[in-house]
Amino acid sequence: MSPSPVEDELTVPPAPAKPGALETALRAARASGRKLLVPYVTGGYGDDWADVVRAVADAGADAIEIGIPFSDPVMDGPVIQEASEVALRAGATPVSVLDELRRVDAGVPLAVMTYYNIAFRMGHERFAASLADSGVAAAILPDLPLEEAGPWARAADAAGVETVLLAAPTAPDDRLPRIVERARGFVYAVGLLGVTGERAALAESSLVIARRLKAVTDKPVLVGVGVSTADQAVEVSAVADGVVIGSALMRRVLEGEGPAGAARFVAEVRAALDAT
Amino acid sequence: MALPEPSASGRFGEFGGRYVPETLVPACQELEEAFRAAWADPAFRAELDDLLHHYAGRPSPLTDCRRLSEELGLRVLLKREDLNHTGSHKINNVLGQALLARRMGKTRLVAETGAGQHGVATATAAALLGMECMVYMGEVDMGRQALNVFRMRLLGAEVVPATSGSRTLKDAVNEAMRDWVATVEDSHYCLGSVMGPHPYPWMVRELHTVIGDEARAQCSEVLDGGVPDVVTACVGGGSNAIGIFSGFADTAAELVGVEPAGGAAVGRGVPGVVHGMKSYLMQDEFGQVQEAHSISAGLDYPGVGPEHSHLAAIGRARYEQVTDAEVIDAFQLLSRTEGIIPALEPAHALAWVSRDRAALAGRTVLVNLSGRGDKDVAQMMEILG
Repeated sequence: MSPSPVEDELTVPPAPAKPGALETALRAARASGRKLLVPYVTGGYGDDWADVVRAVADAGADAIEIGIPFSDPVMDGPVIQEASEVALRAGATPVSVLDELRRVDAGVPLAVMTYYNIAFRMGHERFAASLADSGVAAAILPDLPLEEAGPWARAADAAGVETVLLAAPTAPDDRLPRIVERARGFVYAVGLLGVTGERAALAESSLVIARRLKAVTDKPVLVGVGVSTADQAVEVSAVADGVVIGSALMRRVLEGEGPAGAARFVAEVRAALDAT
Repeated sequence: MALPEPSASGRFGEFGGRYVPETLVPACQELEEAFRAAWADPAFRAELDDLLHHYAGRPSPLTDCRRLSEELGLRVLLKREDLNHTGSHKINNVLGQALLARRMGKTRLVAETGAGQHGVATATAAALLGMECMVYMGEVDMGRQALNVFRMRLLGAEVVPATSGSRTLKDAVNEAMRDWVATVEDSHYCLGSVMGPHPYPWMVRELHTVIGDEARAQCSEVLDGGVPDVVTACVGGGSNAIGIFSGFADTAAELVGVEPAGGAAVGRGVPGVVHGMKSYLMQDEFGQVQEAHSISAGLDYPGVGPEHSHLAAIGRARYEQVTDAEVIDAFQLLSRTEGIIPALEPAHALAWVSRDRAALAGRTVLVNLSGRGDKDVAQMMEILG
């Protein structure tokens, strides 16, 4: 039996050979001897979220993840869930977040992090085009694994939007090379078994997955999920190229520390990474 | 087999798939392989059949309703899943998945529940097989179904409230998936309906085909080798409906799913992706999932199993909607005419039959009575005063 048109459409196209803006920037920063720091900010949380984005950019972020809030964030723990719910109640939509991003001018590459239904509902081509229009370099869709990524990746590649893929500790060895080959921007190493959120100590699994990924790719490998402090960022960056920090930053924002508090925390992590 | 297997990527037509966090992809692949092997293994099937017979009480009877039929002017046959151990069809799926989990070396079951029927069934299977059990239940539903919460705890399960979002079934699924992401090495996610990522919609359907297979044979006996004109069941995620449809998909019987008007994913939704699957989904223009509203906690779900979306898209089944008020009437109607108190979920299917009785006049309608109403009596006492 020949595969159906639906199955054909699922074929994942090879990643374009030419690195995009995000990967280029991260490779350049790494080449300068720097460890990479990518903070996450929930779009639409609070009136001053765009100021938070600018503040963490100025405080030493190499790129910034912008969350477009979704009603059912299954990969997220309590902090990002709360930020998303509050943003949605305040009326945040993919359109309003991307509109505001267009005016942010952070000076570092931006990656949108959201769930696949947001892209699917708007339509792959239209969503990819609106990311590009808003100056967003990349997209991270944590519920869109490699096997389902084909239709989105074709649209994103055509629009010049890099699709970051996640790699988790549960992946068998033969799976990692396929993920890193298709990943653009950077490879998002999931540090532990679990959802986003702060942890008291760095999980051993984050070092293991970083090591396994570094062995199969020269694309930037950033560890996220469970990286909560400057010390943990330093510890995991001994193996990885850098870190994504979300919940630890958004908790401070939820507690009312504002752009200044966010900047203080990012500057602290930056300084610790630079001191190594 | 009456309903075909999904495609290699887990699709029924354009619906289904496996939209899960990367952490869970290997677990879903392993589960698919393990289920395929177990389902083809006569020893596994024999063990499951033995439990279904000696523990769950299968086969469930088929009841030919004399007084209800007379009142409605059509012939109603009930497939009595309400008489299974734990009070609903849910036990079919859960016994299969629990045996499979044990075979895979898992020691802990994670489940979501709406009305509590799937939670009770999972807690029961966990007790039977000596496994740990964690059930997530929306905070709102825990209030509506306090008796089932107590049952689950009595059976040794831990019941955790889902406090985010609408605090109903959809949020309980989110919490169960978050648990599984963290515990996938020793835990099996015992999903309670024909939804979620591949292989769940297919696996759960297979575990419920026993309903349709039995009903087909029982109907044949009652109808002199014939089949009913219409086969109907309520649809939330859609597991009891798929179970009974599977026995009649290759016949001329009309297949009718009945959704609550406030949670009609097929009737009012558009294609979307949540909880690991592409299916019809109640959502806003931006893709935010909407909250369902139904008198029945078990059907309070904005999505639907992908195979139902496919059956609707190809026109093999159709999907009707009923209101809470119509359900309340049907709940009383069956109690009064047949001495059977139905759960609010299958009362939806009865409500449609009762409302459309004129169109159905003189025909034979098989209704899957998926659960009994004990759990709903307190809620109905409040409503009916």
